[in-house]
Amino acid sequence: MKRKHKRLTFVAVAMVLLAGAVGLMLLAFEENIVFFYSPTDMVEQKPGPERRLRLGGLVENGSVEKAGDAVTKFRITDTVQNIPVSFKGILPDLFREGQGVVVQGHLIDGLFRADEVLAKHDENYMPPEVADALKKSGQWKANGEAQEKRPQ
Amino acid sequence: MIAEIGHFALILALFVAIVQATLPLYGAARGYRPWIALARPAAVAQFLMVAVSFGCLMHAYVTSDFSVLNVAANSHTAKPMLYKIAGTWGNHEGSLLLWVLILSIFGSAVAVIGGNLPPSLRARVLSVQAMIAVGFYLFMLLTSNPFERLDPAPINGRDLNPLLQDPGLAFHPPMLYLGYVGFSMAFSFAIAALIEGRVDAAWARWVRPWTLAAWCFLTAGIALGSWWAYYELGWGGWWFWDPVENASFMPWLAGTALLHSATVVEKRDTLKGWTVLLAIITFSLSLLGTFLVRSGVLTSVHAFATDPTRGVFILALLVVVIGGSLALFAWRGPQLTSTGLFQPISREGALLFNNLVMATAAAAVLLGTLYPLLLDAIGGGKVSVGPPFFNAVFIPLMVPMIAAMAIGPLLTWKRADLGQALGRLGAALAAFVTVTAVVWWLMGEGALLGAAGIGLATWLAVGTLVELAERAGLRRAGGERSLGQFLRRLGRLPRASWGMTIGHFGLAVAVAGMTGVGIWKQEHVRVMAPGETIEVAGYVLTFEGAKQAPGPNYQATRGRFSVTRDGDAVANLEPEKRIYAVSGQPTTEAAILTTFWGDLYVVIGDPEGSSGGFVTRVYFNPLVAWMWVGVMIMVMGGLISLSDRRHRVGVPKGTRRGVAPLATAGA
Repeated sequence: MKRKHKRLTFVAVAMVLLAGAVGLMLLAFEENIVFFYSPTDMVEQKPGPERRLRLGGLVENGSVEKAGDAVTKFRITDTVQNIPVSFKGILPDLFREGQGVVVQGHLIDGLFRADEVLAKHDENYMPPEVADALKKSGQWKANGEAQEKRPQ
Repeated sequence: MIAEIGHFALILALFVAIVQATLPLYGAARGYRPWIALARPAAVAQFLMVAVSFGCLMHAYVTSDFSVLNVAANSHTAKPMLYKIAGTWGNHEGSLLLWVLILSIFGSAVAVIGGNLPPSLRARVLSVQAMIAVGFYLFMLLTSNPFERLDPAPINGRDLNPLLQDPGLAFHPPMLYLGYVGFSMAFSFAIAALIEGRVDAAWARWVRPWTLAAWCFLTAGIALGSWWAYYELGWGGWWFWDPVENASFMPWLAGTALLHSATVVEKRDTLKGWTVLLAIITFSLSLLGTFLVRSGVLTSVHAFATDPTRGVFILALLVVVIGGSLALFAWRGPQLTSTGLFQPISREGALLFNNLVMATAAAAVLLGTLYPLLLDAIGGGKVSVGPPFFNAVFIPLMVPMIAAMAIGPLLTWKRADLGQALGRLGAALAAFVTVTAVVWWLMGEGALLGAAGIGLATWLAVGTLVELAERAGLRRAGGERSLGQFLRRLGRLPRASWGMTIGHFGLAVAVAGMTGVGIWKQEHVRVMAPGETIEVAGYVLTFEGAKQAPGPNYQATRGRFSVTRDGDAVANLEPEKRIYAVSGQPTTEAAILTTFWGDLYVVIGDPEGSSGGFVTRVYFNPLVAWMWVGVMIMVMGGLISLSDRRHRVGVPKGTRRGVAPLATAGA
C-alpha cells in the first residue's frame, strides 16, 4: 500500500467513526432531550403524556401534602399558573415551600408525575430556568429582594 | 497583616511570571544566553511567591481570621480542623490559588529536574507555563482576590457548605487540579515544540511521564469525586453525566488519547502533528472544564462564582489560549514531519484507533454538555441533556474500543497479522462466550446486555493476561518453558509494559462494575415504621427506630437498621439526616454495607405517618465496589509505568527509541 492509500484508510476509518457517532447523537438527541416548561408554558402548550419534560417554578406555599406511601403532592407555580405534581420517594434536602425547584417526569391528565425532583445544593440557589420563568411572569423582582433579605 | 503579605506575594508572583513569560522566550529566539538562563530561577521564585501566598490564606483559615472576606464567607470557628485546612480550597478564590500553586510547582519541577533538557526548549516551556500563570494571576487579582478584607470583621463566619464538609473534599480538588494542571505541561511542551519546529523521541520521552502523572492524578481525582457523590449525596448513583463531571471527563478522554499517541511518537517517530494537537486539545478541555465549573454558567455544587465579569474574563482567557495555540499549530504544525511509516493493521494503527474513538467520545461529551447552552443562546428554548443521551452515545462508542483493546497490544509495530493475533486470543474468546452464557443463565432473560458487558470485561481481562504471558515468552517456538524461567522473564519485563497490562486489567474490572451497577441496580422506596422489615437482594432490613444525635456542628436524626441474611445478623446500618447549625442546611448521610457482590445502601428521609415512620430508600448496587477498585488498579498501573527507568531523571539523551534492553530494565 502506498503512503497515500494508507492515509486514505485512516481518513475512511475516522469518517466511519464520526458518521456513526453523529448518527448515534442525532438519534439520542431525538429521544433524550428534555424540554423545560414553566407552569404558564405548560398550561398554554399542553404537551402530551409520552414525552419526558422538565417543569420549574416555586413550590406553592401551603401546597405540600403527604399522600401516604412515601408520595408527596405539591403545586409548582410561577405565580400566574400552577401545575399539581406528585412524587414518590425522598425529597431533596433543600425542598421546601416557597423554594425554586425543577421536576422531571410526565404530564398525565393535568397532573405532573415526577420521577425526579431537583432542588440544588445551596439554600440561596435559584435554578436559572426558574429565575427566567419568574422574570417572564413579572414576579422576579419581588422574589429577588426577598432573597437578599434572607438572614445570613 | 498576614493576609496583606499573601496579597503582596501574589502580586510579586504576577510580575515574576511576566518576566518569565517574555525574556526567556525572546532570549531563546535570539540565542541570548543570560535571558535563556533566567527561566529557571524565575520559575522557582514564582513557586516560592505563590507558596507564601497560599500559606497566608491557609493561616487565615486555620486561625479563623474573619476580617478576611473569603474566610468569613466560608468558615466558622466550630468547624473541625480538617475542614478549616481543606476549606482553603473549598471556595472559588482559594481553589484558584491552589490551581496556580500547582502550576508553579510543576513549573519549578521542570526548572529543577529538567537539567538534561536542551536549554532553549526548557526556556520556551517555562515561558509558556508563565503565560498561562499570568492569565490566572490577573484573573485572581482583578476579579477574585482571596485576601479581600471585611470591615468590620464579623464575630463568626458563615460556614462551609455542609456538603463539602467531608474528608473527600480534602483530596478530591487537589487531585483533580494536579490532573488538570499537569496537562499544562504537555501543552507547554507542545507549544515550545511548535515554536522550535521540532518534535522527536527525546521530546516525547519528556512529555509522556508528565502526561502519565497528570493522567494518574486526574483519574484518581475523578474517581474520588464520583465516590464522594455516591456516599455523600444520598442518591445511590455514582455518575450523573452532570456538566461538572463531564468537565473533568473530557480532558480525561483526550488525555488518555494523548498518553497513547505519545508512545507512538516516542517509539516510532510518527503521529507528531496529531500528538501536539492532542496536547493542545487536552489542556484546552482542562481550561474549559475550569471555565464551566467556575463561571456559574452551569449550576451545581461546584459553581462558587456567579459574577458575570469572572465569566467574561475566563471566556477571554479561553479564546486567547485555545485560539492562539490552534493558530500556532495551523502555522507551524505542517513542519512536523514524521519518518515512521506503518500499515493500518499494526500497533500504531491500533493506538490510532484508540485515539480516534477517544477523540470522538470527547467530542460527543462536549456537544452534549454545551448543547443546552448553545440552544439557549440562539433562543431555541431551554432543554436539558441527561444521562440517557450520554449512555446512548457513549456506550456504543466504547464497546468496539474495549473489544480492540485486547487485540491492540498483540499487534506488532509497523505491520501486523490480524488473523494471527486473533488466533492467540482463543482463551479470551472462550472466556467471553462462557461468562456471557453463564451470567445470562444466572440472571435470567432480558439480561443479555448486562451479560455481554460482563463478558466483554472478561474478554479484556483475559486478553490482557494472554498478552502478558506471550510477552514473557510462555510459549517458545520450540515448546514450553519451565515455570521458573517464565516467572523470571515476567519479573524482567520493563515497568512500562507492566503498567500497560495493569492499567488495561483495571479497566476490565471497572467495566464489570459499571455494567453490574448499571444493569442490575435495585431501588426500593417505602415508608417504614419501627419494627417493619424490607427485603432487598436477599438481605432483610429491620427498622429499629430513629433517635437524635448531636454532632460537632450539626444535629442529626439517626435511623438504625439491623440487617440479616438467611437469619444471620450481618450488620447494623445507621443512615443520618443532619441539620447544620450555622447555615440551617440539611444533608443526607447514607449508610452503606459494602460486600464483594454489591453495596447495600440505605437513606432515610422525612418522618411520615403517625407511628414514627420515615420515608426510606434502599438500594442494592451490584459490583459497584469493583468500579472503584478497577479505577485504583488503573492508577496503580499508571504509577508503575511512571517508575520505569526510562522515565527517570538522568536517562542519557541519546538512546534512540528508548527501548531499554530487556536484561537491564526493571533490574
